[in-house]
Amino acid sequence: MINEIIGLVFMIIGGLFYILAGLGLIRMPDSFNRIQAGTKATTLGAFSILLGVGIYDLSSLLKCLVIIVLIALTNPIGSSVLARTAYKNGERGVAK
Amino acid sequence: MIVVLSLIGIGIFLSLIRLVKGPTVMDRVVSLDTINMMIVGLIAVMSVLFENGLYLDIAIVYGILAFLETIILAKYMEGKS
Repeated sequence: MINEIIGLVFMIIGGLFYILAGLGLIRMPDSFNRIQAGTKATTLGAFSILLGVGIYDLSSLLKCLVIIVLIALTNPIGSSVLARTAYKNGERGVAK
Repeated sequence: MIVVLSLIGIGIFLSLIRLVKGPTVMDRVVSLDTINMMIVGLIAVMSVLFENGLYLDIAIVYGILAFLETIILAKYMEGKS
């Protein structure tokens, strides 16, 4: 009973981070800022939701940890490659 | 449980707006990457909702395919301006 409540709290925190990622994608003025907002907030949201699912159903905690390790390895690489491609294509961000 | 599904749905909708009206191609690729990561979380929540542990395996495969898609699209766009 107590682990279901803790899992639901983690899942709601992850959903709020997902909303923040979508809001950042809309509000940010620049392609690099959008990469930043879209990738970092989504990584944290996915961590929180998967940890919540693992705590809610304790028999699936190991699989959720495997997915967390997978996302932690792959998502920064994707963000870095996207930023590198945007820079090589001549995008320089907002002038400051 | 429906609160979590609603939050994920609002997040996907906000990203979908950027996917439709993004000015450049890279904005659309970033939005697609964000939507893919959100769908991984959505599949994990569906595993709790339907009480079936097999959905987590689908989430693993979907995560790997989303990473490959992002890398291949970025590498394909590199030479163009």
